[in-house]
Amino acid sequence: MRNVRGDFPVLERTVNGNALIYLDSAATAQKPTQVIEAIARFYREANANVHRGLYALSVEATELYENARKRIAALIGARPEEVIFTRGTTESLNLLAYSLGEARVREGDEILVTVMEHHANLIPWQELARRRGAVLSAVGITPDGELDMDDFRRKLSSRTAIVAVTHVSNVLGTINPIPEISREAHRVGALVVVDAAQSVPHLLVDVKELGCDFLAFSGHKMLGPTGIGILWGRRELLEEMPPFLTGGEMIREVWIDRATWNDLPYKFEAGTPPIAQAVGLGAAVEYLVGLGMDEVRRHEEELTGLLLEGLRVRDYVEVYGPHDPQKRGGVVAFNLRGIHPHDVATLLDQEGIAIRAGHHCAQPLHRLLGISASCRASVYVYNTPEEIELFLAALDRVWEQLG
Amino acid sequence: MSPYEDLIIDHWRHPRNKGTLPDPDVDVTEANVPCGDVVRLQLKVRNGKVENVRFDGRGCAISMASASLLTEMLKGKRLEELEEMRQEELLEALGGVIKPRLNCALLSFRTLRKALEALGKTGSHVNPSP
Repeated sequence: MRNVRGDFPVLERTVNGNALIYLDSAATAQKPTQVIEAIARFYREANANVHRGLYALSVEATELYENARKRIAALIGARPEEVIFTRGTTESLNLLAYSLGEARVREGDEILVTVMEHHANLIPWQELARRRGAVLSAVGITPDGELDMDDFRRKLSSRTAIVAVTHVSNVLGTINPIPEISREAHRVGALVVVDAAQSVPHLLVDVKELGCDFLAFSGHKMLGPTGIGILWGRRELLEEMPPFLTGGEMIREVWIDRATWNDLPYKFEAGTPPIAQAVGLGAAVEYLVGLGMDEVRRHEEELTGLLLEGLRVRDYVEVYGPHDPQKRGGVVAFNLRGIHPHDVATLLDQEGIAIRAGHHCAQPLHRLLGISASCRASVYVYNTPEEIELFLAALDRVWEQLG
Repeated sequence: MSPYEDLIIDHWRHPRNKGTLPDPDVDVTEANVPCGDVVRLQLKVRNGKVENVRFDGRGCAISMASASLLTEMLKGKRLEELEEMRQEELLEALGGVIKPRLNCALLSFRTLRKALEALGKTGSHVNPSP
């Protein structure tokens, strides 16, 4: 992959007197000039509301908005009308839990999640189960941090209405076997919802290859702006589902006591959408496609390998998740023996190194691992092998000071 | 300012007044739920004064050092004085704490406030134990 660092202005700044080493892209990615400029250009040259105006400016804004949708659809191998703009993965999953829950989940049905879910792919299903009198259960993991597929098969049954699973764990980094999960779930008539917040930014994801029914991801983790996310769903299912938010844009005809709904995807896009954000996300997708998702993956696999290797040779470090970099995304969670992750993060920050410390919105998983929190380093297109070396050396200094 | 002054490292490695009391007048626990830090504080009060104090808990270096240092600040003090105590005094004693870690540093102070509230309710500082 070509060197992209010059595209990311924030990487030029210093933190606490040191060059910034940003290792928290799993939380949010930095933005290239191409994305920042696309957003600024939209506001400077083409700002108008979409799908409404009969004037040239609105037509232009609508085209930019819809072109972004087409780009995103092409990225994941989907049809544009199946791509719904939301505020982010969390809203996408809440939309599903309400709307799909209403259409498909009855009392006594089962919803199957996994213990490695981010809270965003857990709480909406907990709440749905509570509202509908459904039963929520969770698939466990193997000692190596992979999904326990035997446990999955044991818990999957003809009562299972929905399987909600993350594609890549935001803590363990594990890449889950979605095609296999989809096949097994469909065999018993269950629908498959995939949290792709940590996969679409980093891997080549094709919804047809995954075989799932729904896919949710965020713009800001894939070089795009905050406030925009995607829900992809199979057309026939989206048509069957009632709307989530209601109001303008999502209607066809309105009377004082009733209304009919707009076509897909607009049925699920009530109100003025995040237009500039969609345009920015479109630019981010163009940027990633320009690099090549295979190249992005290769780059991250190399960095993840260096990270894992470097952490493993340090006997004061405990690493979580699969050992093989091919089985995981660019996310590595770890702990320094006897040291609280917050202390590690604070000391690294003194050297300009940004990592995440905490439970990463995955409390059940941390409880299962027997820890209250962990450190997490995550990489993206702009990180370099030299940064990984500097990070590992800084970790040694943390250990010298606190170990 | 380094976020880990020698004082903090020292109190973290060698906590003062750590453990439990056999017959405390008050025994309270506070937690920073998001990071899992927990501080338990026990006070033995006689004649309106803190006669003995113990803390226990788990968490980051800053929260544990802060709890340890706070116990030293409490011993021998009158409860009225503790009621007057401001959180800035603890932060200053710690040598200053960086903004992102204030919550960690102040966990022990919140535990103290909880202890004083509990004592106020039971009135044990008004009626010293015989």
